[in-house]
Amino acid sequence: MTLISCENVTLSYDGNVAVEGVDCQIAAGDYLCIVGCNGSGKTTFIRGLLGLLKPVSGSIVFSDGLKRQDIGYLPQQSTVQKNFPASVREVVLSGRLSRLGISVVYRRQDKQAAREALELLQIADLEKSGFGELSGGQQQRVLLARALCAAPDGLKVLILDEPMNGLDAHAKTELYATISELNHKQGITVLMITHDVQAAIQHADRILVLEGKQEFYGDTHAFQHTALGRSMLRDSCGNNCAVCGIGLGDL
Amino acid sequence: MELLEAIPKFFNYGFLINALIVGTLISLCASLLGVSLVLKRYAMIGDGLSHVGFRALAVATVLNWAPLAVSIPVVVVTAFLLLRLSERGKIKGDAAIALISAASLAIGVFLMSLSKGMNTDIDNYLFGSILALTQADVALSVVLSIAVIVVFLLFYHRIFAVTFDETYARATGLKAGLYNSVLALLTALTIVLGMRMMGALLISALIIFPALSSMWLCKRFSAVTVVAAIVSLGCFFVGLLVSFVYETPTGASIVIVNLTVFTVFYLIYKIKQM
Repeated sequence: MTLISCENVTLSYDGNVAVEGVDCQIAAGDYLCIVGCNGSGKTTFIRGLLGLLKPVSGSIVFSDGLKRQDIGYLPQQSTVQKNFPASVREVVLSGRLSRLGISVVYRRQDKQAAREALELLQIADLEKSGFGELSGGQQQRVLLARALCAAPDGLKVLILDEPMNGLDAHAKTELYATISELNHKQGITVLMITHDVQAAIQHADRILVLEGKQEFYGDTHAFQHTALGRSMLRDSCGNNCAVCGIGLGDL
Repeated sequence: MELLEAIPKFFNYGFLINALIVGTLISLCASLLGVSLVLKRYAMIGDGLSHVGFRALAVATVLNWAPLAVSIPVVVVTAFLLLRLSERGKIKGDAAIALISAASLAIGVFLMSLSKGMNTDIDNYLFGSILALTQADVALSVVLSIAVIVVFLLFYHRIFAVTFDETYARATGLKAGLYNSVLALLTALTIVLGMRMMGALLISALIIFPALSSMWLCKRFSAVTVVAAIVSLGCFFVGLLVSFVYETPTGASIVIVNLTVFTVFYLIYKIKQM
């Protein structure tokens, strides 16, 4: 069932067209990776999905009862100060801000939602820790918990903007596993911006390639057999792709 | 001992009681706002605004107008202007602040010297004077300070959100621009109210020091905010007392006490790290 329909979407930033001609249908349960070079319009497209930018032309339509509040967002880690003096609890609770209304304090159900998000990501023991004391991987999990507890009736879509940046290999593996689990077990639709084409093919079931315009949209298996797919894989992993197990000469 | 013995005498002087009331409220406002300003890297906005306030006071003096009636609107408008420049100006935020700050100071000194020649008024405006506070100033300070504190408490969680991660706050529909404007407005009011006592050159210290001191020892935002408020109030009382007993300039005395606390907290942090 389609959750988000993008039809010939063009988005501009500071008066310049950042990305154009995006046509894609994102269905419930999809795991979509958005790949492309720096400046290719990936983040601008995400901003369009989040309603922060209005399309110059084309349309972005939510269906199947999807509302803006059902979408969780994990921005690029660079937007957060690593040593910010805040507890994990304070950070995760801030995800409930849109539900605060006129109240000046968080209610019991907000605290419960924050606790459940921490438990789901297996970091409940970090609740009282300082955000600045955590490793990069743990910080990303905390920000993920903040995104998860934001939705009033359970998160339907999770948008992640380069969540693996700055993480070591071990932390990346763990975070990919967590995201896959959220997708498979919780049924959350995942949209992830990444530079890592290999990881996109390994984890996602659909891929959207942007280079100022839509270069490819479809399933990852089909993508590997396109000239663009072969070229991007060659660029990212040399002549043989160790991750996806495909010898590029065989493609 | 000398300081403790001076406390009862303190309350015999009306001007000191005025300073105590205004200083307590301003210290509290400055420390609450300071945490967000420092973390958002807007600390220098306080410095720039105080210089603009000095220029406004100079204009008011030259034209013989009420100082606060001139300086409050001027500083509030400048606060919004600086905020806008920091966010999307063609001149980088820090350069814009330095530009406005230096120009305002120069214009202020120039106007004051044209008016009466270089006299003690300039010293009072630049370095503060507790004698400068009138009953009307006290009344206005009480009303505006209470408004600043109430607004801060009402928007505490939203201010935390835009301070911690403005991108996320905006993405979730929070009007980050509005809360940044609230922060700029509250800062402008605090600066104007506090600069007559602390001085244009020293008022920004009241914003920066307590926040930085508390960040050495606290890892929660709420704890940083509370400790900054306690540090600010404590440093103000001790600084005012030192100023009274040893006849030292009030603003400078308060800043030196703040510097001492900052150094002590830093040393405690370093010892805990060992």
